[in-house]
Amino acid sequence: MEQLIQQVAAGLANGAIYALVALALVMIYSATDHLNFAQGEMAMFSTYIAWAFIQTGMGFWPALLLAVLVSFAAGMLIERIILRPLHSAPVLSIVVVFIGLLAIFHSMAGAIWTHTIKPFPSPFPDVSFAGSGYIGPHQIGMILVTLILLAALFVFFRFTPLGLAMRAAAQNPVSARLAGVPVDWMLALGWGLAAGIGAVAGCMVAPVVYLEPNMMAGILLYGFAGALVGGIGSPGGAAAGGFLVGVLENLVAYLGNAFERATGVYVIGNGEKLTVALIILITVLTARPSGLFGRVSVKRV
Amino acid sequence: MPQLLEVRNLAAYYGQSQALHGVSFAIGLGGITTLLGANGAGKTTILRAICNMVRTSGEVWFDGRPISGLATERIVRLGVAHVPEGRGTFSSLSVDENLRIAAFTRGAGREVQRDREMVLSYFPRLAERIKQQAGTLSGGEQQMLAISRALMLRPRLMLLDEPSFGLAPLVVQEIFRIMRRINEEANVSMLLVEQNAALALDLADQAYVLETGRIVMSGDAATVKGDEQVRKSYLGY
Repeated sequence: MEQLIQQVAAGLANGAIYALVALALVMIYSATDHLNFAQGEMAMFSTYIAWAFIQTGMGFWPALLLAVLVSFAAGMLIERIILRPLHSAPVLSIVVVFIGLLAIFHSMAGAIWTHTIKPFPSPFPDVSFAGSGYIGPHQIGMILVTLILLAALFVFFRFTPLGLAMRAAAQNPVSARLAGVPVDWMLALGWGLAAGIGAVAGCMVAPVVYLEPNMMAGILLYGFAGALVGGIGSPGGAAAGGFLVGVLENLVAYLGNAFERATGVYVIGNGEKLTVALIILITVLTARPSGLFGRVSVKRV
Repeated sequence: MPQLLEVRNLAAYYGQSQALHGVSFAIGLGGITTLLGANGAGKTTILRAICNMVRTSGEVWFDGRPISGLATERIVRLGVAHVPEGRGTFSSLSVDENLRIAAFTRGAGREVQRDREMVLSYFPRLAERIKQQAGTLSGGEQQMLAISRALMLRPRLMLLDEPSFGLAPLVVQEIFRIMRRINEEANVSMLLVEQNAALALDLADQAYVLETGRIVMSGDAATVKGDEQVRKSYLGY
């Protein structure tokens, strides 16, 4: 039982990171219908930027804030400079651009900061508390940061005029223009938000997986899975999907281990976590193509 | 009468095909002007061309300044509101959100609040449904919402594309009555495109007749309505 709680708690913590990555993906997807394959590498690069700020003697939070701002601006610039000229290009060209961005950020990080693995500080105090046998302070911190960010995004999209304009631009660009909304800038803003959220995700997971150019590769895959399982059209659904995938992968391993202990037959264990998670993903998508919490988009013809 | 909108030698293209062949016309300040024409004559294209929603050549002047080549959202914010064919409401947003989008650059201050109340005073039916999702409204209510959203932009000219489309005659009458009130009370000039020529000519002060991308007749609405050719081709008696 104790182990089960531990596994679920650890799953939630991992899920928080997947949720952040999924959120970042949604920011770009809902505005442009593109899945940004470079999202993970962008987040990794942002994390290096935060690390560089920390090396100058800055505290964790100010460094994170600066990294988020730099990433936000860089995200908007990428949209304006690289993707804007391609806005009527076929999807395949866009995919190639995303893969190009992935390679560029990856090798740039390696060239600037080398491929050596670097430790990354956790901003949360290493204290023990009731229940700390189940979950560590950094894990709780990751979950909290994710929930706070989620709430902030909810408030932004629901209650601010700019958030409303972004939703309108994503839903019906033609009508949005006719309502005076500069749709192009809304797309750029989506990229900025995605890059900023990625920076938070990177800095939250770096203390766990350590800082190196490959740190986001696996995480991006889980983030995709989370976003798709939850429904990539909605931020809330995608984040829920991220948490779900996190818990699921740990439960699968836990149940596999329990089965092996009971019967002595090895069916499934830690090694197959990702496989099983992806099988579940495919199953969900086969049954509900728009995700668990997604809405089917209906077009009148 | 001073001109509010002047269109000179306007041509429009969809891909390789040309849909307008050098149309020129003007709209005076204050009135309602209608564009008549058969299906495919280019009525909708003219409205789209004015707002730079299609590839165009030629000149469009609004309020004494050239607006051709500006981005659609800039033109809209200069005071040319476009109520598109099919209404273009944001169906998953609420009625209230649909209205507030059009004022997003002005924030959510008292001024916007006043505009919102003014707009809703024309359409009390929308006030009753203010929290409802726009997609759940009836066709007539969606048309009202589209006009309201355009009004929230504080336009000086409103371009209306087939506001009667798919609506019951009684609803159309109601909407057209309100359009006349908006025209007179809120000082919004209108350019109306309609299939229903009889209805449009009753409402409008001025009329243009468009055939295969060219203006073939113009004058005040009563004169155009009396023309035998127009009667035969568009009014059907």
